[in-house]
Amino acid sequence: MHHTTTVVIGAGHCGLAMSRCLAERSIDHVVLERGEVAHSWRTQRWDSLRLLTPNWMTRLPGHTYSGDDPHGYLDMPGVVRLLEDYATGAPVLTGTTVTSVQPFGQGYLVRTDRDAWQARTVVVATGATGAPAQPVVPLPPGITTVTAANYRNPGQIPDGGVLVVGASASGIQIADELARSGRSVTLAVGEHVRMPRTYRGRDILWWMDASGVLDERWDVAPDLVRARNLPSMQLIGAPRTLDLNTLQSNGVALVGRLAGIRDASVQFSGSLANVCTLADLKLGRLLNTFDAWADRTGVEAEAPQRFAPTRTPPPALSAPLGRGGIESVVWATGFRPDFSFLHVPVFDRKGRIVHDGGVTHAPGLYVMGLPFLRRRKSTLIDGADADARELAEHLVGGLDVLAGRAS
Amino acid sequence: MTTSIVDNGVNVAALLGAREAFADMPEIARFQWRSQVSWVNGTHSEAEVETFSGFGDEQRHSKRFAFDIDHPLQFAAEDNGITPVEYVLVALGGCLTAGIAAVAQQRGIQLRSVRATVAAEMDLHGILGADPDVRNGFSGVRVDYSIDADASRAEIEALVAQSQKRSAVYDVMTNPTAVTVNVN
Repeated sequence: MHHTTTVVIGAGHCGLAMSRCLAERSIDHVVLERGEVAHSWRTQRWDSLRLLTPNWMTRLPGHTYSGDDPHGYLDMPGVVRLLEDYATGAPVLTGTTVTSVQPFGQGYLVRTDRDAWQARTVVVATGATGAPAQPVVPLPPGITTVTAANYRNPGQIPDGGVLVVGASASGIQIADELARSGRSVTLAVGEHVRMPRTYRGRDILWWMDASGVLDERWDVAPDLVRARNLPSMQLIGAPRTLDLNTLQSNGVALVGRLAGIRDASVQFSGSLANVCTLADLKLGRLLNTFDAWADRTGVEAEAPQRFAPTRTPPPALSAPLGRGGIESVVWATGFRPDFSFLHVPVFDRKGRIVHDGGVTHAPGLYVMGLPFLRRRKSTLIDGADADARELAEHLVGGLDVLAGRAS
Repeated sequence: MTTSIVDNGVNVAALLGAREAFADMPEIARFQWRSQVSWVNGTHSEAEVETFSGFGDEQRHSKRFAFDIDHPLQFAAEDNGITPVEYVLVALGGCLTAGIAAVAQQRGIQLRSVRATVAAEMDLHGILGADPDVRNGFSGVRVDYSIDADASRAEIEALVAQSQKRSAVYDVMTNPTAVTVNVN
């Protein structure tokens, strides 16, 4: 049995940022990583994927972007190199899968497929995308299915009709790529977050970052439940806007949210027009806040602009499954975290971890990298910095209390 | 800044209170709605609605409501009441309009008038079994709102969109629902 003050689980950007913050505070710790550094970035991303945030936003504690393409978007090998470099000197044990975490004395017992660790504190940094969140839909045999996590490129998908379910960042990019490959693509669209790549001549992430939208805090958010459940923004890591209008121009057929299966047909909700209206209106409100902020602060930017409403096609409420119809399905229905190794009573009735800005009810147990954990940007690479610093402060404070009790 | 009290007659505090109560006791959010329908004669039936269950208990309306259902003279019927499909339009318009009032109240928007025109297209070849390619139900439903309120056009459009998003009848009509009919 090994002993340490803090076990960090996961060597992605969150775990490594936390490691850096703990090291700065001279907290003895280890980072346990099931695969290699940046494991999910290496193994659960499709080939053409690039970060949705521009390079200048790949900021981590003690790291800022210094390359010659600040407005570009990193590809996955680039992200892996970034995190490998960043991990230099961090106490990372790779190839070590945590099998269980349970309360033990004044801390936790962390079992792995190799050694066991005893620690006063544990930081779970395994991320928000542990497992695909896939609706239970009984598709007939013979229909090829992949999730956004195991989709790699169009070569995986048979020729013929393909249904992409979900119109957030993954779904729109995969639908676009499949349509460009010549396939007949239908995109099932539920609630979504429409976002242009640039606004008034600047990257949309610049507006969010500069105006403070990304820094909105969890403890003052008006409806945190809703904010934490928002789908990802419709963005692609490229200097172009990819929205439902672009997709339709490229030949993608839009339908409503996937509603069910009946008689070898897949059914779609009749709510497409309303979810598009909701997203258009919401985008308009966001752009209003940017314009108001720009007026207040005297930001130099091009003239305000507004985007054409989303075109909605005549409703198609069903499509045949099988030969000549939809022959494959891509589930781009989001992810959920996988905390199955965590044997500590910190979950609600739906199995979601309960936390207040990453601080769980169990003393010394922390979580990172979940949507709106402490700020709107908590799931961005750029969000790890502030969250890690604050949680490291809290963690050290807890250790001081323990030390005070012991003396 | 002037402050005025927005009153659309919706008790938002009670609605939000219910949401909080459900967080503690999710089982009390399970409701059952009921109607008893009795055939009278021809296409004329009478429906009664009085009880329901929810909040963990049996509940009842303040009185028993009765509705006649029939078909018009043009269908060689007696027109003792509106048709079943027209009740669906009544339900949709009523649900969306209640939602608009509730959302407006929560957003501090005073409504002055709200009027919905609900129209549904139907091809009778379906229910008469005359054309297997035509469905029985509506081929489309259209709701047109005229709203006078202390709000911008975008705010009013957002009210209407949010009301659809949270409407039970809109959901019933836009998504499949399992229906089981038994003979006792």
